[in-house]
Amino acid sequence: MAVKLLLDKAHIEGIRYYDTWRKNGGYTAVEKALKMTPDEIVEEVKKSGLRGRGGAGFPTGMKWSFLAKPEGVPRHLVCNADESEPGTFKDRYLMEFIPHLLIEGLIISSFALGSSATYIYIRGEYAWIPDILEEAIAEAKANGWLGKNILGTGFDCEIYVQRGGGAYICGEETALIESLEGKRGNPRLKPPFPAVQGLWMRPTVVNNVETLAAVVPIINMGGEEYGKIGVGRSTGTKLISACGNINKPGVYEINFDLSVEEFIYSDEYCGGIPNGKRLKACIPGGSSVPIVPANLLFKTAKGETRYMNYESLSDGGFATGTMLGSGGFIVLDEDQCVVRHTMSLAHFYNHESCGQCSPCREGTGWMYKILKNIEYGKGKMSDIDLLWDIQRRIEGNTICPLGDAAAWPVAAAIRHFRDEFEWHVLNPEESQTRNYGIAHYADPREVVA
Amino acid sequence: MSDQKFKVTIDNITVEVAPGTTIVQAARLIGGDVVPPTMCYYSKLEGSGGKCRTCLVEVSKGSEKDPRPMPKLVASCRTTVMDGMEVKSITSDKVLDARKGVTEFLLLNHPLDCPVCDQAGECDLQNLSYEHGAASTRYDFKRRTFEKEDIGPYIQLHMTRCILCYRCVYTANQLTDKREHGVLDRGDHSAISTCIGKALDNEFIGNVIDVCPVGALTDKTFRFKNRVWFTKPVDAHRDCPTCSGRVRLWMRGDEVFRVTARKDEYGEVESLENGKTAWICNTCRFEKKETKDWVIEGPTKVNRHSVISQGHYVNAVNGQPKLINDVIGKDPKLLLDIHKISDVNRPEIDLSQIEGPAHSDDFLPNQSTGTMKQIGKLGE
Ligand SMILES: Cc1cc2nc3c(=O)[nH]c(=O)nc-3n(C[C@H](O)[C@H](O)[C@H](O)COP(=O)(O)O)c2cc1C
Ligand code: SF4
Ligand code: SF4
Ligand code: FES
Repeated sequence: MAVKLLLDKAHIEGIRYYDTWRKNGGYTAVEKALKMTPDEIVEEVKKSGLRGRGGAGFPTGMKWSFLAKPEGVPRHLVCNADESEPGTFKDRYLMEFIPHLLIEGLIISSFALGSSATYIYIRGEYAWIPDILEEAIAEAKANGWLGKNILGTGFDCEIYVQRGGGAYICGEETALIESLEGKRGNPRLKPPFPAVQGLWMRPTVVNNVETLAAVVPIINMGGEEYGKIGVGRSTGTKLISACGNINKPGVYEINFDLSVEEFIYSDEYCGGIPNGKRLKACIPGGSSVPIVPANLLFKTAKGETRYMNYESLSDGGFATGTMLGSGGFIVLDEDQCVVRHTMSLAHFYNHESCGQCSPCREGTGWMYKILKNIEYGKGKMSDIDLLWDIQRRIEGNTICPLGDAAAWPVAAAIRHFRDEFEWHVLNPEESQTRNYGIAHYADPREVVA
Repeated sequence: MSDQKFKVTIDNITVEVAPGTTIVQAARLIGGDVVPPTMCYYSKLEGSGGKCRTCLVEVSKGSEKDPRPMPKLVASCRTTVMDGMEVKSITSDKVLDARKGVTEFLLLNHPLDCPVCDQAGECDLQNLSYEHGAASTRYDFKRRTFEKEDIGPYIQLHMTRCILCYRCVYTANQLTDKREHGVLDRGDHSAISTCIGKALDNEFIGNVIDVCPVGALTDKTFRFKNRVWFTKPVDAHRDCPTCSGRVRLWMRGDEVFRVTARKDEYGEVESLENGKTAWICNTCRFEKKETKDWVIEGPTKVNRHSVISQGHYVNAVNGQPKLINDVIGKDPKLLLDIHKISDVNRPEIDLSQIEGPAHSDDFLPNQSTGTMKQIGKLGE
């Protein structure tokens, strides 16, 4: 049976509210943490091996230890709840159904980092969730977990909820900070990093919702115990939001030793693909990570089983692997068109580019237009190479990773599904009436049968 | 520690600079072809740069202490040098390829209406395309367009030409007290605008015209009056109660067609002796259009890498590097010589020797019309 550390209490009726949460062991982690020193908490998080759940997977303990601590300058913790990556909806689940887990994580982390004004920056479209969070914050405050001199430690802390305006780019940590300051959400140039000059030029840590929630079990069980769960450098558990052509879309808490095949086909998780369709491809970590065809999904290029963890998913690099990313797991069956799919992602990045740097501003729109031509039967063979050239010149040449995030899906689609692009170009009329179907390989499960 | 110096090597040429110097500033000390093109960076504007990505360079050695190369190309305008750093600008194929890419991106939606654009001849985007652009476009879609907009009585915004360098935004924020000029919307539909379509009426707002690298912000008192290469730049000053009063007049004969701030070879407004930037006020720029308003100092030393520098003015300074032999493996690439491809501009004609107003007839090969009598004086 898989270990659950985040969603273990999610099924309890009324868990959204303080009394139920407290009765079920809530806020014991805060009690424990506030008896420790801030440095001891950072040390526990380091020992846990926790990696950022926002997408990049940067070790959280290390990030915390980089925080500058100049004398007399306030520091801030900012919780990134902007969750706007297509396919990713795990933070929403946490905030909506077990908000006190996040509040608890925020109080402990604020204490560890010395933040007396902590912010939750939440995606604008999550219009009903700020009320839930604010209610939970008020409950916590009424019970003495927030406010002045918490538990007699002398530590003061307030948590503020700030709604975003509906821009994906404001999930990038420095754009988020600009937006929080009331400015246009343009990413900043780095260095300086937020750990040195963040919110109002003060040292700041920005962490994802799930990362901060994971601090609670780390304190409860100890960093070392937490670190024992998982495989290699993938420790603890991970929330995966699964969607696309599966029987049971939803948010699952997984252990890192789960195989990709089991995740898709077991009834405990996605429950297989509906209507007996075959598997074509998968984007396992949110729209920015490379798409992988079915033949590279269950087994790596070396023939080893692929697991749902950081290392295994990225085995083979971008040539034959992908990334765990933010855990937005999108499954495509044989009826899906990769060209159309890539086009819609290109449209998204074109729409969401902040427009500061020229490769991303101009390149994303150009790629979208070319993909639209190919999809609608107006493409040329040379367009495929042109797309490759454009994405190559965006990648790595921009201010923030959105440029890369726009380039990678296009690159991966061409790398693995070039035949499908060519088929669209060579069969402009037929491609308007039917899908290409499964690509040049068979569904790996079909071969067995 | 104040006289500590960092050694930095750019395209095999080493210079010593103060800590805190950016790679671009160090390259400008060397001068010539190793200087990365800068479309958004403007040393006189705090926070500018980092956006256009034309100045990308390769850092092949991070510093003496940490010699690892940087994994990605970096924006040289916003990256400070470290002691022992080694940088590749035109000696890196990766850099040249990226610049070509950025140039293509910048031109993608640009209208290329140079024949009717007031900036033609002193446009940074034109210069960039000569050096790094391709002969034809690979973009076969409709280019985005915007309506022209008057922002105040003197300035016109031609958003279609804008490359979103944000220089005018920084100028408006830093020179004027109200924040009323900024960027609306995002991505490739973002646009420069004033809040909300309001006129910009600050005494110093005219400087946005000077910082604009392209013809997106133009001087309405000069629009379509002349081509810059037909006018003669002359340095002049007046005793102005608002600004330094140190300007450049763009003249034809005795007529003042345009007044701008004095810009250096990188298109930036020059500094005054006190270190401040010689921005000029609207009165000097828009309202003093007679020679009697000004004390003329003499013809400008034109040393910009630009079409106007091809006009063979008196005092023209050749911007080619002295150290180019050190740049192993690359020949210096000269700017396209406009005289070779145009009948209108001819090198043997020295604009600053023409006393009366220059006229396109002056440049006709058969020399039968116009003010040819004056050319005769050159006596070649
Ligand atoms: C375009 C873009 C969008 C992003 N959106 C989010 C987001 O919605 N939520 C999030 O947690 N991180 C997002 N990130 C990552 C953040 O910049 C940052 O790395 C993260 O919040 C760090 O938290 P972690 O270390 O806990 O993962 C985004 C990054 C980029 C470049
Ligand atoms: S990469 Fe795109 S989103 Fe990021 S700063 Fe540049 S233009 Fe903005
Ligand atoms: S109007 Fe000119 S100065 Fe302003 S952003 Fe556009 S190109 Fe730059
Ligand atoms: S000049 Fe450096 S990025 Fe524009």
